[in-house]
Amino acid sequence: MLAYFFRRVLATIPVVLMVALFVFSLLYIAPGDPAAIIAGDQATPDDVERIRASLGLDRPFLVRFFEWLWNVMRGDLGTSIFTNLSVTHMISQRIEPTLSLMTLTLILSLSFAIPMGVIAAWKHGTMIDRVVMTVAVFGYSTPVFVVGYLLAYLFALQLDWLPVQGFTSISQGLGPFLRNLILPAVALGLIYMALIARITRATMLDVLSQDYVRTAKAKGVAQKGILFVHALKNAAVPIVTIVGIGFATLIGGSVVTESVFAIPGLGRLTVDAILRRDYPVIQGVVLLFSFIYVVVNLVVDLLYTVFDPRIRY
Amino acid sequence: MSAFTLNDGHAVAPDLPDVLPEPKQRGRIMGAIYRHPTIALGGTVLTLMVLIAIFAPLLFTVDPTALAPAKRTRAPSAQFWFGSDMLGRDVYSRVLYGSRVSLQVGFGVALFASVIGTTLGLIAGFTRWVDTIVMRVMDGLMSIPAILLAIALMALTRASMKNVIIAITVAEFPRVCRLVRGVVLSLREQPYVEAAIASGTRIPVIIWKHILPNTLAPLMVQATFICASAMIAEATLSFLGAGTPPIIPSWGNIMAEGRALWQVKPYIVFFPAIFLCLTVLAVNMLGDGLRDALDPRLAKRL
Repeated sequence: MLAYFFRRVLATIPVVLMVALFVFSLLYIAPGDPAAIIAGDQATPDDVERIRASLGLDRPFLVRFFEWLWNVMRGDLGTSIFTNLSVTHMISQRIEPTLSLMTLTLILSLSFAIPMGVIAAWKHGTMIDRVVMTVAVFGYSTPVFVVGYLLAYLFALQLDWLPVQGFTSISQGLGPFLRNLILPAVALGLIYMALIARITRATMLDVLSQDYVRTAKAKGVAQKGILFVHALKNAAVPIVTIVGIGFATLIGGSVVTESVFAIPGLGRLTVDAILRRDYPVIQGVVLLFSFIYVVVNLVVDLLYTVFDPRIRY
Repeated sequence: MSAFTLNDGHAVAPDLPDVLPEPKQRGRIMGAIYRHPTIALGGTVLTLMVLIAIFAPLLFTVDPTALAPAKRTRAPSAQFWFGSDMLGRDVYSRVLYGSRVSLQVGFGVALFASVIGTTLGLIAGFTRWVDTIVMRVMDGLMSIPAILLAIALMALTRASMKNVIIAITVAEFPRVCRLVRGVVLSLREQPYVEAAIASGTRIPVIIWKHILPNTLAPLMVQATFICASAMIAEATLSFLGAGTPPIIPSWGNIMAEGRALWQVKPYIVFFPAIFLCLTVLAVNMLGDGLRDALDPRLAKRL
């Protein structure tokens, strides 16, 4: 188990390096010469060259890449072109709303999608099944911001039950925190829920036709026990795989959701950075999100062995 | 994506043997559509959208960029069917013309991602040293959430529809590459392919005669899903201000412009949203139906 754990963690290193290389290349080929910007309009080509040398920008690509990587590992993501603040500082200021949103969405999605998928598989071919799957295909086809506006229009503007926009930190109480975050979380989670519900149903259909399920039924295990103990545990591997892969939709979607609901998180930081062409910030956010994505999928891979002890790489 | 069909109740008939006479072929296609109504429904809506995009100038539209400052933010009426935006432009005309952007991006990305992904996947599947390099690069690309990768690429270049297509293609083609490589690796183990290799058939001939025909079904399904997610990606990029240039009316752009006013004039956002959802839904239904019709086992792989 421990050996597997270390081998799997080691295997992510090349992937992370590859991502870092892409993200670094992004800044490397970005238009605009930092040396020329610092030198100003009056500078001669010699001045620009001197500044470039003093910044170390004249060194080979790989040297600069590894130096940058070394800085990133020490937590230094560079300095924003626009605000002149350190990117790490800017990210740390904005990370709480985004993590809150993602956590709530994850909890909501899992607690709705899995029972939905299980029930659809159990009541296979009935009206309930069709309703669940139709909702799923609609959820899968609706962009996050459309759902966001629709929910905000309905529950905030028309019914006036929830605030239209904004964010309250959890430190100010769970009530206001949830009131602000529930609509964004549902909007963000709809695609994710649809994905998970579909895979849950498909895998459960498979598992429910297995011999051991029939045996469990024959020896008189209650329906609930069969569905949620025998079957769901054996259906877990494909489900957690989709939970991991689908996490990308949560990350991409959070950028959009934060714009719709005016949540001051990483997504807003990204959008502002795009509009200002603030490449170090874009670079930092993309790197951080990709790292989160890789770690989530690493955890998923490690979970495989919990759900299915036969899996060994 | 996953196993799903709207009409699970129907069993899929086993394939008829090839010795049957030609006329049966048509019956099979009609039968497949009958058994998978999602294909017909999705196909019809998509065809309708294509027709709208082609014939937009004839469908009682006006110039979608014509400003009319005196007639700003009018509610839907006989003159402005979908209302007018904050610059007095006709939302109905803008939405109809916007279908051109979505469809071009959707089809364009699906086509380019399929071609590039298939080529790389075939090469990787047949050459061991290329395989190692290509698949590591694909792993890296797929570790960056697609929309973020597209955003980052768009930040590097000028906003144009061509660049939007390129950016989304880069984000999407690794999926095709991985799929095709997987198919190639499993087909290479098949006795008939091994026999062809043993009897000295050249690799290009094997690819053309044995590999490509078997890749076509999963590829078509994957291309459909890529088309749907490319349309959503384009709208998302435009909505965030990193997509199609604002002078071109696209559904994402119209929604981005309607954003500031959406609490008082929600129709500016909702009309393009309805069109976008309908189109994406149609493409997804087509993909689901195709997957079930072409190969029920595919459900497992996608």
